[in-house]
Amino acid sequence: MTVNPRLYPLLATIGIFMLAYLVCWMQFPYMLSTRVVGNLLTDNAYLGIVAVGMTLVILSGGIDLSVGSVIAFSGVFIAVLLRDTGLHPLAAFAILLAVTTAFGAAMGGVIHLLAMPAFIVTLAGMFLARGAAYMLTIESVPIVHPFYETLKNAYWLMPGKGRLTLIAIVMLLAVVAGALIAHRTRFGASVFAIGGGEQTARLMGVRVGATTVGIYAFSGFMAGLSGIVFSIYTSSGYPLATVGTELTAIAAVVIGGTLLTGGAGYVLGTLFGVLTMGLIQTYIVFDGSLSSWWTKIVIGVLLLLFILLQRGLLRVSSLRA
Amino acid sequence: MLLSIRSLSKSFPGTKALDAVDFELKAGEVHALLGENGAGKSTLIKCMTGAYRRDSGQILLDGQPVSPGTTSEAQELGIGTVYQEINLLPNLTVAQNLTFGREPRRFGMISSRAQRDMAREMLAGYGLDIDVGRDLGSYSVAVQQVIAIARAVSLSGKVLILDEPTASLDAAEVRMLFDILRDLRDRGLGIVFVSHFLDQVFDLCDRLTVLRNGCKIATEAIAETDRLKLIKHMLGRELDEATEEERRKTTAPHEERHEMLRFDRVGRPGTVAPFDLTVRRGEVIGLAGLLGSGRTESAELLFGVRAAQSGQAHDEAGPVDFSNPRAAIRAGFGFAPEDRKTDGIIADLSVRENIVLALQARRGWTHPVPRAEQNRLADDYIARLDIRTSDAEKAVGDLSGGNQQKVVLARWLAMNPRFLILDEPTRGIDIGAHAEILRLIHQMTAEGMALLVISSEFDELVAVSDRIIVLRDRRHAHALVGDEVTADAIVRAIATPDAAQTQTRGAA
Repeated sequence: MTVNPRLYPLLATIGIFMLAYLVCWMQFPYMLSTRVVGNLLTDNAYLGIVAVGMTLVILSGGIDLSVGSVIAFSGVFIAVLLRDTGLHPLAAFAILLAVTTAFGAAMGGVIHLLAMPAFIVTLAGMFLARGAAYMLTIESVPIVHPFYETLKNAYWLMPGKGRLTLIAIVMLLAVVAGALIAHRTRFGASVFAIGGGEQTARLMGVRVGATTVGIYAFSGFMAGLSGIVFSIYTSSGYPLATVGTELTAIAAVVIGGTLLTGGAGYVLGTLFGVLTMGLIQTYIVFDGSLSSWWTKIVIGVLLLLFILLQRGLLRVSSLRA
Repeated sequence: MLLSIRSLSKSFPGTKALDAVDFELKAGEVHALLGENGAGKSTLIKCMTGAYRRDSGQILLDGQPVSPGTTSEAQELGIGTVYQEINLLPNLTVAQNLTFGREPRRFGMISSRAQRDMAREMLAGYGLDIDVGRDLGSYSVAVQQVIAIARAVSLSGKVLILDEPTASLDAAEVRMLFDILRDLRDRGLGIVFVSHFLDQVFDLCDRLTVLRNGCKIATEAIAETDRLKLIKHMLGRELDEATEEERRKTTAPHEERHEMLRFDRVGRPGTVAPFDLTVRRGEVIGLAGLLGSGRTESAELLFGVRAAQSGQAHDEAGPVDFSNPRAAIRAGFGFAPEDRKTDGIIADLSVRENIVLALQARRGWTHPVPRAEQNRLADDYIARLDIRTSDAEKAVGDLSGGNQQKVVLARWLAMNPRFLILDEPTRGIDIGAHAEILRLIHQMTAEGMALLVISSEFDELVAVSDRIIVLRDRRHAHALVGDEVTADAIVRAIATPDAAQTQTRGAA
């Protein structure tokens, strides 16, 4: 049984992650412990969640530049709501998710109805969300609530004393949910179809408008969820937080093997993309003598590698056709 | 009668695309729909598939009047269409493409196993042994075509419309496709087959309908018709009516001209079969053929617009590189393309800028053509070619079609090429400008330039050409030289199925 060529980018992503982990382990044997794995998942939980939403957007051939600002807005929104009202955090979460999902849906609607490039519309969304965060407050607002303490300290002790925190579990669940939606529903099939060619998708019976709204609403929801996780992680809301996270998320999606032009990729790959980027950071922490900008350099090289890999695969498949 | 169309009309602003056209399709037949460019074939198909709304007339499917408003509505009624450019998604698997919109689900989730089984079931009977879990794009165009047909048949299942399905297939693939189509016909489908390849029409179809200028000209059984009759229907000319225009007075006999360029076995699979071409100084070579016979494609190969996969060119000095347009221009070639508006002129630039364009490109941006020189060139060509413009700074888009064409010619004349290719130089030009363009062609060759002229106007080709090459089914099939160059001979050459049959006909 030969391997389906569809899987090559995903296998490459997983292979690179394994290879990177092997290198880390050979230098620092302690890195192969559930503690490190637990921290890796916890530290990158917010990025993983937002990257799942971004994966769907990129699969459809679009892009969502607003998510970094939406995460910052979410943190500030929750912090201010908890400071100024007597709402329970769960109620605040529900309101927030409704707001960010509606925000995403609105962007999707504009993209479809005005036939505007997603780049421009979500760029406007990025400024809007960041501005809204500033409107609520211009300084860092701490979140002090007993429920937040509970959330922050909730974990499942893995064998080897590693802590699988609640937010890490939320991230893994988001990946599973994203994978099911993308690969096992008609909505997901429509997303891939639009990414393959909007005109053709329409001829095959895809409701392009509804699907586009759904895609950006999903991304908005995931950005909101990521904002919640980020606020639990940092115990505060700060309007200047997560600047440029949208680009990190896009990098994670591409390193995860999803074609930037849309139509091909796996949500699972995105998880490995996020973990690979996190692993580099962990390595630098372990090494101690390396500056943190090495993370950026390695990510840059990896991105380039994947773009070349995708080009190569496209070349091979077009030669055969 | 499976599908009957009664006196269907459709107008677009300024043109009547279909004028009271009747068309009938029986269950279990393959019915060819034929016609030259602008005959109304695609408009008729689009009216059947719901892409266009008809102005008047009736469409009856199984005796019931229908009026599909969208392609998916037509699909549900039972009319499926497969286009030349396959309308499936190459990035999805074969199974996903086949089952799209009807995926089998368990608990709301698509079951990929059931999906693959369903796809295999749909493909059963088409003789394809493929892995339905792979990307559609990883299979050849022919296989994709079959998959598109399988999807259309299972979605619709009464009428199958095939728009140029064989345009990019090779001979073995065409045979495979035809076996499948014959099988579908025997299962009782009505198939409408649109193609420019007459051999294929005679091979596959049971009946044919010819459209010309939006009117139905004839519906005939294939068994009772022949190529000559068919081509006369398509072109709308009777052989005895052919008006003999004044033949070009050749200054020197064909053989005595000095040989300038020789192309050997130039070709590209799926585009044009390899051909030889010798170009002599000061001669005009005409390329004739039906639409889709490979006329424009031949020109594009010679100018490097499409890279030739085989063949080479030589002149007295040695090999000539024509692998891309820049190299071809360097070798002294020129090409005025068919679609002037998109490929020829740059509408927003002035007459002067359009004329200087190619010359500037050859010199490179580090050696700008001085403004005085530009003005001199522009004024010179405006006078010589009699370009009707108020001044050289007028935007080309504001000129009439004939004058735009002259600007394109002026651009190439400014380059002083030795071999200029003109694709449909007189299309969409009024009579007066038409004559002037022909006069210019004579003038150019008098200075030693060689021309390759492509035209669907056979009379025009006869008037300007020293010799004519006739293309058929993407092959250079015949060459007509000297006294043989008549419109009659061109039509006969197009109609001749192959060399063997020519001889039997000649003997009879």
